[in-house]
Amino acid sequence: MKNKQPSFYEEVKEGGISRKDFLKFCTTMAALLGLESSGIGQIVKALDSKPRLPVIWFHFQECTCCSESFIRASHPIVASIVLDKISLDYQETLMAASGYQAEEAYKAVMAKYPGEYIVMVEGSIPTENEAYCCIGGKSALQILQEAAKNAKAVVAWGNCASAGCVQAASPNPTGAQPVHKVISGKPIINVQGCPPIADVMAGVVVHLLTFDRIPQLDELGRPKAFYSRRVHDTCYRRANFDAGLFVESFDDEGAKRGYCLYKMGCKGPVTYNSCGIIKWNDGVSYPIQSGHPCIGCSEAGFWDNGPFYQHLPSIAGFGIETTADKIGVGLGVATAVGVAGHAIVTNIRKHREITNAPAAGSEIETPKES
Amino acid sequence: MRSRTLPMREVHVWELPVRLYHWINALCVTALCITGFLIGNPLAFMKGTEAYLNYWFGTVRFIHFVTAFLFFFNFIFRIYWGFVGNEFSRWYNFIPLKRCQWKEIINVIKVDVLQITNKQIDSIGHNSLASLIYFVTFLIFLLQCLTGFGMYAAMSNAFLPKLFAWVVPFLGGDMQVRQLHHILMWGFILFALVHVYLVFYHDYIERRGVTSSMIGGWKFIEEDVIERHENRSEDCPKD
Ligand code: HEM
Ligand code: HEM
Ligand code: SF4
Ligand code: SF4
Repeated sequence: MKNKQPSFYEEVKEGGISRKDFLKFCTTMAALLGLESSGIGQIVKALDSKPRLPVIWFHFQECTCCSESFIRASHPIVASIVLDKISLDYQETLMAASGYQAEEAYKAVMAKYPGEYIVMVEGSIPTENEAYCCIGGKSALQILQEAAKNAKAVVAWGNCASAGCVQAASPNPTGAQPVHKVISGKPIINVQGCPPIADVMAGVVVHLLTFDRIPQLDELGRPKAFYSRRVHDTCYRRANFDAGLFVESFDDEGAKRGYCLYKMGCKGPVTYNSCGIIKWNDGVSYPIQSGHPCIGCSEAGFWDNGPFYQHLPSIAGFGIETTADKIGVGLGVATAVGVAGHAIVTNIRKHREITNAPAAGSEIETPKES
Repeated sequence: MRSRTLPMREVHVWELPVRLYHWINALCVTALCITGFLIGNPLAFMKGTEAYLNYWFGTVRFIHFVTAFLFFFNFIFRIYWGFVGNEFSRWYNFIPLKRCQWKEIINVIKVDVLQITNKQIDSIGHNSLASLIYFVTFLIFLLQCLTGFGMYAAMSNAFLPKLFAWVVPFLGGDMQVRQLHHILMWGFILFALVHVYLVFYHDYIERRGVTSSMIGGWKFIEEDVIERHENRSEDCPKD
C-alpha cells in the first residue's frame, strides 16, 4: 500500500465533509450492499486507511448520462472523490488537462499502478468501422484493449458499456459492442441501467475499495447485490398486479388509484434492477411511482423490445404494432380455413365412397387402389 | 338397415399409461393456454376497488404454475414410456430414421392431405407423418418447459426451477424468454386445431375407431394390414 498517498477518508475530510457524514455514508453503503452490521466497520476501516482507487474513466459512444447520474448520488461522497480528484487521473468530461497532457495523464496511471487501476467505461465500442469513435488518433477499441491489459478490473457503466444500449439497437449502424464482447480475461462488472442508479454506482466503487475484489455477479455480469431481483418483485404496485387491477390508459381512474402498469407495457416483470428499493434522486421516486411504466433500461436490447407501451415486443418484419397474438390469430384463421377446405374435399370423396359401396349385408374389402 | 362384416381384428394400441398421459396432457395444455393467454392479456373487468380485496390475477398465475408442473412431469413420464411401452408407443416411431418411414410420410401426404389417391395406409399405431408431427410437438413441449421454468426460476428457490436458471442468460434476458414462451403458445393452439380435426377426419374416412382408441385403447385394423405387419422385415418395423 502506498502510505504517502492520502487515504480515501483524508481526501473526503479535505473536501469539508465531517466525520459524522462520513460514517453515515459508510452505513448507507453497507446497507445498500446488503452487508451485515460488521460490514460497516469493514467499510470504515477500508476507507480510513486505503487511498482512493486509481481510475481511468473512458467515454466512448455514449451520452454521459452515467456520469450525470453519478454526480447526483444521494450521498455524493464517492462521486466527488472519484470525479473531483479524477482530474489527476483521467476522465474526459471532467479533467482539466486536454490534448497531449490528457493522454499523458492516463498513460501515467497505467505506468504507475499496473494491475491496480480500474478502467471505467461509459459507452459502447464501434466495431463495424473503428473510426466511428476515435480519441487522440486511436480508436475506442485500441484504447480500451491497451488500458484493460494491465487493469485490475473493468467497470462497464450503464447499458452502453454493458449491452450496447441505443447505439446497438437494430440496425446497429456502427456495429456497437459492449465491453464484455471486446475484452476478455479481465473481471468485468456490468453496472446496468440507462443510466445506472447513482447509489448503485457508488456501492460498486465502495465494494471494490473495501474488499479488494469484484462483487458477486449474476450470469449477465451484474452485481447481485443490486440486480438479483426484478423491479416487479419489489414494486409497491405489485399488490394491484396480483389483484388484477390494471391501468388501462394514462390518466384513467386506475391510474389515479395507482393500479399496476402492466397493461401499459411495464417491463418490471422482465427487468432486474433496484429502482423499487433505492429509487432515484435521493430516494424521492422512481418511474413507476411517478405513474410511468418501467421501460426495462437495465436489460440488454431494451430498445428493440419496444414499443415501450406494449406488453410484448412487436415481431420484426411484420410492422410496428404486430405482436405474436396478432400473427397467431392470423395463422389460426388460415388454419381454420384450411381445415374447412379439407373437410369439404373429404366429404366429396366420402360421398363417392358411400354411393359406390355394395348393398347392405354383403362382405366387402376395404376400398383399395390398384 | 345397412350393415356389413369386414375382415378386421381389434388391436390393443394404446396402453393405459399412454391414454392417461394423453388426456392429462390435453387438459394441461388447454388450461395452460387459457391461463397463459390471460397472463399475457389480462382482462380488465375490475375497477374502483382496492388491491387487498382481490387476488384473481394471482390465482390465474397460480393455476398456470401448478398445471405447468403437472404438464412437465407428465411429459417426462411419456418420454420414459417411449422406452418401456409397447411397440406403438416406442420412441423410434416418432423419429423417421428409416426409409420406409419417409415413404409412408409421402404416401400420407398424397392420401390424406392432398387427397389425390385412395391408397391404404398400413400403419397400426400413429402413421409416420403423424408421428413426425408429434415429435415436433414434443420439441415444442420441451422448449415451453425450458422457457417457462426459466422465467419461473426468478421467483422460486426450489430445486427444479433453479435447474433452468441458465435459460434466461442464454437467451439474453427475460423479455426474450417471455416473448418466445408466448409465441410457442400459438404452436400449441395451431397443433390442437389441426390435431383434433385430423383425428375426426381419420375416424370418418378410415372407420378404425381412432378417436375412441385414445379412450379405450383398441383400434380396428384390417386383417391384411395385420398380416403384413407381422411379416414385415426386421429392420423396418412399419413396412
Ligand atoms: C402448454 C404449455 C404452456 C403454454 C401454452 C404457456 C403459455 C403462457 C403464456 C401465453 C404466458 C404469458 C406470456 C406473456 O405474454 O407475458 C405464460 C407465462 C408464463 N408461463 Fe407459461 N405456458 C406453458 C407452459 C409453462 C410451463 C411448463 C411453465 C413452467 C413453470 C410456465 C411458466 C410460465 C411463467 C413463469 C410465466 C410468466 C408468468 C408471470 O410472471 O406473470 N409455462 N405462459
Ligand atoms: C378432443 C380433443 C382430442 C382428441 C379427441 C384427441 C385424440 C387423439 C388420438 C385419437 C390420438 C392418436 C392419434 C394417432 O394415432 O395419430 C392422439 C394422439 C396425440 N394427441 Fe390428441 N386428442 C385431443 C386433444 C389433444 C390435445 C389438446 C393435445 C395437446 C397438445 C394432444 C396431443 C396428442 C399427442 C402428443 C398425441 C400422441 C400421443 C402419443 O403417442 O404419445 N391431443 N390424440
Ligand atoms: S407496475 Fe410494473 S413492476 Fe409494478 S407490479 Fe405492475 S407490472 Fe410489476
Ligand atoms: S424503472 Fe425500469 S426503466 Fe425505469 S430506471 Fe428502473 S429499470 Fe430503468
